[in-house]
Parts: sequence; structure tokens; C-alpha cells
Amino acid sequence: MSVLDQVPVDGGGSPPVSAPVAVATPEFEAANERQSRRRGLLIALPSYAYLVVFFAVPLLTVVIYSFATRNRFGGADLTGWNIDSYQELGDDLIRTIFVRSAVLALITTVICLAVSYPFAYYMATRGERTRNLMLVFVMIPFWTNFLVRNYAWYVILGSDGPLSRITEFVGLGPTRVLFTQVAVVLGLVYGYLPFMILPLYAAIERLDGRLLEASRDLYANGFQSFRHVLLPLSMPGVIAGSILVFIPSLGAYVTPQILGGAKTTLLGSYIVTQFLTARNLPFGAAMSTVLMAVMLAATIVYFRKGGRTL
Amino acid sequence: MSTNAGITEPRGVTRGVLQGFSWLVYVFFYAPILVLIIFSFSDNRNVGVWGGFTTSWYSEFVTDQPLTTALGNSLRIAVVVTVVSVVLGTMAALALERFRFRGRQVFDALLYLPVIIPDVTMAVMLLLFFTQAAKWFGFSKGFATITLSHIAFNISFVSIVVRARLAGMDDNLEEAAMDLYASRWQAFRHVTLPFIMPGIAGGALLAMTLSLDDVVITQFVTGAGWSTLPVYVFSLIRKGVTPLINAVSVVMLVASMVLVALSLVVQRVRGGSPA
Repeated sequence: MSVLDQVPVDGGGSPPVSAPVAVATPEFEAANERQSRRRGLLIALPSYAYLVVFFAVPLLTVVIYSFATRNRFGGADLTGWNIDSYQELGDDLIRTIFVRSAVLALITTVICLAVSYPFAYYMATRGERTRNLMLVFVMIPFWTNFLVRNYAWYVILGSDGPLSRITEFVGLGPTRVLFTQVAVVLGLVYGYLPFMILPLYAAIERLDGRLLEASRDLYANGFQSFRHVLLPLSMPGVIAGSILVFIPSLGAYVTPQILGGAKTTLLGSYIVTQFLTARNLPFGAAMSTVLMAVMLAATIVYFRKGGRTL
Repeated sequence: MSTNAGITEPRGVTRGVLQGFSWLVYVFFYAPILVLIIFSFSDNRNVGVWGGFTTSWYSEFVTDQPLTTALGNSLRIAVVVTVVSVVLGTMAALALERFRFRGRQVFDALLYLPVIIPDVTMAVMLLLFFTQAAKWFGFSKGFATITLSHIAFNISFVSIVVRARLAGMDDNLEEAAMDLYASRWQAFRHVTLPFIMPGIAGGALLAMTLSLDDVVITQFVTGAGWSTLPVYVFSLIRKGVTPLINAVSVVMLVASMVLVALSLVVQRVRGGSPA
């Protein structure tokens, strides 16, 4: 609860709606306020209750299971609480998978940032019509089936696929990218690029262009102006985008399954294995809990930096 | 030079480079989709090799029993999920934008979590939850568990879209209606609801798209013999690909693109901005 309380809620929402009153005595106002509160809670209640039952309780279930003991039938005994599963996380194999996933997620984030920044900047400088059109064409792949978009790369990168044909044609020989970490990064960048573009664009678009002009007037060159004015001012967008790309990349499951092959086990697929194949529920639950903790920490950073451009 | 606060356009070489680069980004976005469409018409058992034009993969899709069953399941789930998520999500948005109440901050945080939590984690959560619940209450996993899970993450998406629309609404409109002797309900029904309708419609299409697309969570909470189209396709891909998958993928691609385009149009038509 303490963690949730730290997430600040934007104060920009509308003030409580007061019904039109003829004479606004303090008593009347107070009664009105009480009624409004009751009404608000009543309207929130169905979805509130739903999320408690089908989100908060399952979340707690995972945490509880992470302290349970694995039994002989591949289930978990909800007795004999221990932290064995968390100690197993120090295992060499697990550490390798953690590091590999974090490195791939980091590379994905950096590539997305490098590609999105000039793109978002260019988009922000265009007129309103062009800008909206550009935005729509970013949104379309954003909401297009994720599985299908990954599968498209499977077709392109395959051993007899179009990319290999092209490289053979120009004399570079066949490409063997499918089922490597390169393919996974490519798939992740393709999948999550819009998550970076949208917050970056939102951050750059709303900043005051006169500040950039002022820096140029004061003899800053293009790079200095970018380094000391544009970049610091667009930092909330950079942070928001990075978190939105890093978190799902870290927990990616579909992309490594399709493009990574058997050699590249990542965190997401490893967690899935613990539940569906290895049947080590407490251990899988412990890994999920750690992943959630990382996500929650990142989200708190995101809200602290004042970003809310989801 | 559009507005005084906007950024001035870069000139000369910088502009040319940025423009070329942006076009490349769009090529990166759309080339794979195009390749997939092309190869779905290829008469070759190898998915990435051209072998002449054919539409046979599409006819195979239509007559393939497991595929059409999975498609039917997907559609039925999506309809229920959309209706329930829209009602609950809109109510959540109204409560958060219009009222202060006890537990509001916790509710707000709880509403954001399903959006940012990784798929795999949410899938694991719901798997353990439903397994435990099935043990206690004795039900089988399938349609119900998938639908309940999809609603759990779609309430959040719908409420975000509707809230964006509500935030742009002038509170005075509803008050004016009530000054003119409309009841609270009438004011909501005839003033607020029409105003937020584009947001609700956009949220509905979004919920439908996300429900039709989900693989990871569905795969975890489904029961024996129950499959949705994406989950079935995912299992096919892992078993070994055939161009039939290309055709099915293109159908799914076109379906989600139509839904998104529709959602953008609906939200734009009445002067709303896409969320």
C-alpha cells in the first residue's frame, strides 16, 4: 500500500462538481460534498471491485506463491513458507538470463531512442496537417497485431527469405539472422518503436521554440543548442519512452519465441517455462515478483519526473 | 512557424536529412507488412519464397475447421469483453474525473497498473489465480476465464481514452443543463454522454482490438481444447510454418488495421483528439 500511495495523482482533474444551489450555506455545502463523495464511490465501485478481484488479488497470489514450497506433483504447497525461491535467483544460469535480458532490453531501448528522437523532432516541426497525418501512420502499426508483426520478420529473415535473397544478389552472401539475438532485438525495436515515438513527440511538441531560437541568438551552435536546451527540456519524454520500451522488452515472450529460437532464453520465456513445462511454480512466481518490482520502481520514477503521456 | 510556442522548422541540409530519415522510418514500419501480404499469395510451401500467384491459402483458411472455430471463439470473446469493458471503463473514468471519494488515489494507481505491467507477469498472475479458484469453486477454464482476464486489462485502456475526452469537457455545460431544470441523470444523458461518445467509441474499438490480439494472457488462462485465433496461430508457428499462416496473419492484420483506422476516425470526426 505504501508504494501505491507514493504514486502521485495529477491534481489537474476537475474539482468536485457541486450541484447548483440557491443559498450556499456551509452546512448545505458540506452535505452536498458528502453526497458527491458517496455518488463518486458508487460509480467507481463496479470497476474498482472488478480490478480488486481480478487484478489486485491475482497480484497478491503471485507474491504469496513465491514464498511457497514446490510439491512432488508440480504444484505448490501453501505451507512451510520460505525464501528458497529468491535464493535460487542467485544461481549462475538465472543470473546469465537476467543479464542477457537486461542487455538486450537496454540495446533495444537505445536503438529506439536513437531512431525516434530525430523522427519525433522532425514531426514536431511540421505543420498541423502533416503532423496529424504522420501521427496516424505511427498509430496504425502501434495497434496492429503484435504476433503478426513479429511473424512478418520471421518470413523476411528466414534462410531462403527475401532479405537473404537480396544480400546474396548484391554479393554479400546469404544472411543467417533468424534465431539469433540480432533478430530478437530487431523484432523488439519493430514492436516497441511507437512506444518511444509517441511520448517523445508529445514532449518536444509542447516545448517553447523561442528558447531554441534564443540559444542560437546567444551563439550556440546546433549541437550545443540540442545538448543544453532541447535535450534537457524533452527529458520527460525520453524517460517515459525509455521506460515504456524497456519494461515490455525485459518481459518479452512472443518475440524471443518466434525470432530467438531455442538458444536465446530470455526472462519472459524462462518464467513461462517455469509454469508450463518445468512446473516450478514458487520459483516462477519469485521471478515474476522481481520483474514486477522492477516495473513498479521504473513507473514511480516515471511519475516522479512528471510524465503522464501514456 | 505554426504557433508562437512551436518549434521553427530546420532549414537546408538538416531538414533534408531529417525528412529522408523519417521516410526511412516509415519504410521500416510498413515494408514487413507489405512483404507478408505479398507472400500470402505465393504458391510455394516455403513461407518466404515466391512461387507464382495463388489465393489457395485463403480458401484453405476458410475451410480449416480448427482455424474457423478459433476465429469464432475470438469474436465471441471480443464482443463480450468490449461491452463489459466499455461500461466499467466509462464509469471508472467518470468517477475519477468528476468526483473526489475515499480511496480515489489507490483506485487511480490500480487502474494504471494493468497497462504498464508486462504481459507475462499479468498472465502468470491470472494463471495462478484461476487455478486456485478452479480448485476451490470447481469450474473449467476456457471462455469465462479468458473473457474475465481480457476485461481486467481493457477497463484501464477504455478509462484512459474516455478520461482524455472528459478532461476536455467544460463542467459548466452540465451545470447549465441543470439550471434549466434537467435532473442529474437527464444532464448526463443529454449533455455529457453525447460529448464523450467519441471517446467511448474509440475505447470500445481499442478494447476489441486488444482482445482480438492477445496471445500471452489468453494462452495462460485457457483450458484444454479452447483456443482463440492468435493463440492457435502462435502454436502453429512454433510447430512449423506454412504459407497458410501468412494468409491468416494478413486477415488478422487487415482486421486490426480497419479497427484502428475506424477508432481514429470516430475520435477525430467530432473534433476530438486521439488519445
